[in-house]
Amino acid sequence: MANFLPARRVDHLGLRAGLADLLLPVLVAAMSFLAALTLGGTMAAAMLAAAWQGDAGSALTIQVPAPEDAAAGGGTSRVEAVLAAVARAPDVADAQLLSGAEVDRLLAPWLGADVSQLGLAVPAVISASWTGAGDPGGLASALALRAPGTLVSTGASWAARVSALARSLQACAAAVLLVVAAVAAAVVAVATRAGLAQRREAIEIVHGLGALDADIADRFAARSLSLAAAGAAAGALLALPALFWLASLAAPFAGPAPGAGGGLPASLWMALPALPLAAAGIGWSTAQVTVRGWLRRLA
Amino acid sequence: MVRFDDVWLTYPAAGGRGGAAAPDVLREVSFEIPEGGFRWVIGPSGAGKTSLLKLIYLALLPSRGRIDLLGVSPAGLARRDLALLRRRIGVVYQDFRLLRHLSAFDNVALPMRLARRNEAQVAADVGEILRWVGLSEKAGSRPDELAGGEQQRIAIARAVVSRPKLLVADEPTGNLDEEQAARLMMLITALNRLGTTVLVATHNLALVGRYPAPRLELAAGRLVPAGRLVAHG
Repeated sequence: MANFLPARRVDHLGLRAGLADLLLPVLVAAMSFLAALTLGGTMAAAMLAAAWQGDAGSALTIQVPAPEDAAAGGGTSRVEAVLAAVARAPDVADAQLLSGAEVDRLLAPWLGADVSQLGLAVPAVISASWTGAGDPGGLASALALRAPGTLVSTGASWAARVSALARSLQACAAAVLLVVAAVAAAVVAVATRAGLAQRREAIEIVHGLGALDADIADRFAARSLSLAAAGAAAGALLALPALFWLASLAAPFAGPAPGAGGGLPASLWMALPALPLAAAGIGWSTAQVTVRGWLRRLA
Repeated sequence: MVRFDDVWLTYPAAGGRGGAAAPDVLREVSFEIPEGGFRWVIGPSGAGKTSLLKLIYLALLPSRGRIDLLGVSPAGLARRDLALLRRRIGVVYQDFRLLRHLSAFDNVALPMRLARRNEAQVAADVGEILRWVGLSEKAGSRPDELAGGEQQRIAIARAVVSRPKLLVADEPTGNLDEEQAARLMMLITALNRLGTTVLVATHNLALVGRYPAPRLELAAGRLVPAGRLVAHG
């Protein structure tokens, strides 16, 4: 006796043939491609925001007007008194007085290249890193006692804006991922309905022979699972060149380059394999719901 | 055991005629077949024979009245239990209803595989029943490669391979020659002797005459006293 197959390989419902099935992985691949780009974009935004937030949040700038005048209490110039106080402060590191040329370079975008020719009373500028947990208000008060008018500022407000921007981008990305998942579910539902219509007679026969709803739904779901997972894997792979290109564009702004991963963050390398898994889950569950709902029309 | 108690069947309106209800296909149908009984179901075209069989093989549920099949009332059964009840009923359809993409062997094996029988038993039982219907050589053929009579024999083999408690056949000899029809009736009567309850719907009164058994005679959706249709047919 030839030409028959073990039960698990018998395609009772003829699911291995059908044009509607070919469309499913292609559309899911497109969804997966978009999801991969969205994931890459949101992770890049989060990394850049974290890097910029770290730099800006810890930067401390101290301006000392009339730096050469005598400090309060006499003895030294105002700038020397401030520098000495900063060097003693526990939450300040890397304090450094900027040279006149460096200050001119900072002011050049606003005042032009020859700032020194303008005869302006330019303050001395000390750059440092703030390692304290709170606001440097106490430091500002202490410095003002030695050199009244001294201004102390950090990049905290700018860092807060960068953080808000990063959170907004992440929220948008989450919304895009939800839409992509919903569209993928709709694609699976439409393909499943087409498959049901195409195989109506076979389903009715198998149903009449005593197949459980689960028997029929599981076969459709298994088929959807494999097609969706294959489509999503293809989409994620196709997105890799674009992700590498975006990573190369972002590299100059992202701090030290990672050693492995071709410039992509490790979190993205972990998220990409999740796309076929998520697509498989969407394919399986959507097909189950669609088929079981359809079968309820039968007695 | 099969029992119908004042069963009515009305198909849902198809949307035409302003949603008016379709006429009753079966009305006031009551009968009882004991376990292991045999009944012919006869009547002219449109009398309701196929609808009556559909109620028995659970393709339809009655609009009114009560049905008991094999000691179970299908009304109110969970879908899973309805499916399990269907597995105890063998059906030979008028139009064969074979799966075109499967071989004859796999078509016959379907009820056993749905019941999760092991493959060794499937191979043995399907091989035996294919030998019985004379189609061992065609086990690997698909339905499109078989003649009408051969397809009918595959459909019959599929209906009986699980040794159902209840066998329902709708015009099972319609595509068979005399010799094949006789072989089929031998198989059906053998199953009946082993305890399977059998209902066979047919137009073939000569066949009914050759295998005498009680008759359910239908006319315009109602059961009529036995003998009337044969006498007038």
